[in-house]
Amino acid sequence: MEDTNLNGYAGRVLYVDLTTGKTRTEKLNEDFAKKYIGGIGLGMRFWLANSKAGVDAYSADNPLVLALGPISGTMFPTGGNGHAFISKSPATGGVGEAVSHGTFGAELKRAGYDAVILTGKSDRPVFLWIDDDSVQLLDAAHLMGKSPSETEDTIKDEIGDYYIRVASIGLAGEKLSKIACIINEKTRAAGRTGLGGVMGSKNLKAIAVRGTRDIVPAKPDEFMDLVREYHERMKGPATQKYRTLGTVENILINNDQFCMPTRNYRNAHFEDAASVSGEAVNERYVAKIIACSSCPMRCEHEAVIRDGAYKGTMARIEYESLWAMGPYTGVSKLDAIIKAAELCNFYGMDAQSAGVTVGFVMDCHEKGILTHDDLTGIDAHFGNAEALLQLLEKMGKREGIGDMLADGVKAAAEKIGKGSDKLAQQIKGLEVTGYDLRCLKTAALASAVSFRGADQNRSNAYAVDLKGKVDRLKAEKGRGKIVKDLEDTYALLDSIMICKNARGTLYKETQDMAKIYNLATGYDIAPEELAAAGERINTLARLINIREGKSRKDDTLPWKVMNEPIPDDGPVKGAVVTQDELDLLLDDYYESRGWTLEGVPPSTKLKQLGMDDLSGIVESKQEA
Amino acid sequence: MVKIHERKFVSCDPDKCVGCQICEYACSYTKEKAFNPIKSRIRVVRQNQVVNMAVACRLCEEPACVAACPRDALTQSDETGTIMIDKDKCNGCGWCIEACDYGAMMLHPETKTVYTCDLCKEKTDGPQCVKWCPEEALTVVTSDVLAQKARISAIKKLFQEKKQQ
Repeated sequence: MEDTNLNGYAGRVLYVDLTTGKTRTEKLNEDFAKKYIGGIGLGMRFWLANSKAGVDAYSADNPLVLALGPISGTMFPTGGNGHAFISKSPATGGVGEAVSHGTFGAELKRAGYDAVILTGKSDRPVFLWIDDDSVQLLDAAHLMGKSPSETEDTIKDEIGDYYIRVASIGLAGEKLSKIACIINEKTRAAGRTGLGGVMGSKNLKAIAVRGTRDIVPAKPDEFMDLVREYHERMKGPATQKYRTLGTVENILINNDQFCMPTRNYRNAHFEDAASVSGEAVNERYVAKIIACSSCPMRCEHEAVIRDGAYKGTMARIEYESLWAMGPYTGVSKLDAIIKAAELCNFYGMDAQSAGVTVGFVMDCHEKGILTHDDLTGIDAHFGNAEALLQLLEKMGKREGIGDMLADGVKAAAEKIGKGSDKLAQQIKGLEVTGYDLRCLKTAALASAVSFRGADQNRSNAYAVDLKGKVDRLKAEKGRGKIVKDLEDTYALLDSIMICKNARGTLYKETQDMAKIYNLATGYDIAPEELAAAGERINTLARLINIREGKSRKDDTLPWKVMNEPIPDDGPVKGAVVTQDELDLLLDDYYESRGWTLEGVPPSTKLKQLGMDDLSGIVESKQEA
Repeated sequence: MVKIHERKFVSCDPDKCVGCQICEYACSYTKEKAFNPIKSRIRVVRQNQVVNMAVACRLCEEPACVAACPRDALTQSDETGTIMIDKDKCNGCGWCIEACDYGAMMLHPETKTVYTCDLCKEKTDGPQCVKWCPEEALTVVTSDVLAQKARISAIKKLFQEKKQQ
């Protein structure tokens, strides 16, 4: 067995060339590790180093990177169990990344890798089998068409080891859907930015891992004391929401605040919210709350349908999936919403993007842009649960109208024309999330500048708006700094890889993260240095987007957010984000980041962040 | 000598277990100073998303593992009921693993001898998995007490149902 240093980092990176079938390992570049930490940060740096500008997301030359954090595989609550996929997003054409938790990441760390870099394209369907040091590409012809759950079960049966962990794509990924995700352990997904499609484009059906190495933190006893402390913190108020109703609690909260996009942004309030509330889904359908590996908080709410038309359905249910399948499509039948979430897991589609796409179709249909014939008879009016399920089936299989819809709303609107782009609620090509940006102006800025497109996970700016820390209807100076600071913290969370549901247990954020990081790795990094890494990671993502042709004009908002004021009677009636407001917010944000007004980090800034090696990307673009 | 009915073992309540594997991490850290589930004396099974349960040695009355060992490497402690393994005699043949109906006997990946739960005999505060379990799904308990609990909950349920009718 090759030597690996398992104090925090494994010290090894696995390269797999799917074209030739050749694999090799390389020592982890410690400079990269210290600067970009792990997870999305390290993954993006590896992606940049292994790709050329303008690469097509579905070409063999687009690497797919799987990266872990420095505490992956340890007992640290929520931190031990995450992994991130990074690539060029087929949906946005910019940097794509998606994080998932479970057990898969811990298993890969025990196999002795910090990252896996997948390049090339196989000429036949394969799956990657990583058994500690033994790495093989095995035939996957018989797995094609199977759901991620079936794929996982089949691989375990065939290899004959039931502790193998699997991340795989479903039919949507095989068929290069731009909203396809990568699912591990049946119900956990690296959901956003269409990375399942990238995996599919490589003819790679699954990654199966078994790792048996010891993971030992650099300072084991102190590390265990820290773990004990976080176990206590996780019993407190910081995680209460996730331990009890779960994120679905947000349905009624957001609805009361008139910030829950409803019927493809026609409304910001859903009159039937009570019937799809977190309270209702818990009372009627949640059978069990389960945990990812090493997590004492446990938040995964499993909904099971015991009778009726959808008897036997089981799906993990969260706010974003419930919102997208429910209020966003106007559907108020909870059992159909759970069935819809299960269909997304079955085909391997991002439930958020899939629900928003269905809402878009319904809007197009009600406006007469898509006719009954276009929809091959599917009665796609808002609120029709059957239509929701039929459309998801079509999308998952790329059948009929589903072929066009499987690439999300931006691509669909380009094909449909007739002004449908105004109904396509997306940013940079990624579908919107469950917060009405018209009445959450800090969140509007955060979504506009988010490097992976419309998102509530690059910062929790919506919370600043909703908690009343600022006037949520006002666009003013100062929001740029708020968003920047939140983004830097969030980039760190996704790089050290601590679950965002546990962020409240990091009472002192960067100081706490530095302590965890240092005890695991044996490094002695000051909190300020770690904070700088957060800024560096966001800057890196910006550099990638610039290299791929994005600029200030891409930091924008969906048409309805800027042109259709909230119509609902209530506290935010008439709210909308004007171009002037957006410009003011963008200027403020770029300024707080030290970027030019075109949103380009100048080489002086790169030098300050220790990123001189990347200044070539901005050389011609700094004069604006 | 301790009577059989007083023997305590680590029991898991599947209604409470969430499959977090913290018991596995706590066990391997306690016993091997490393985070590594394959070195844990207790193992979690997630049969599907809603069925989760951890399993460890049940200190059987007529332990099949002891009977199966052709080299007399295994004995059951009269005092605690735990299975004691003579590492010099064990050659890792695995008959005890095959004999155990609960998968509680395991082969160590490095020493190539078998190991199982010893109730953390070196710890004054008992099995560490039980201490760490955030769901209080694990208990150190005798089968008598398990039976008592089962009786109590059955009666409770019965009278609750009566009341509702």
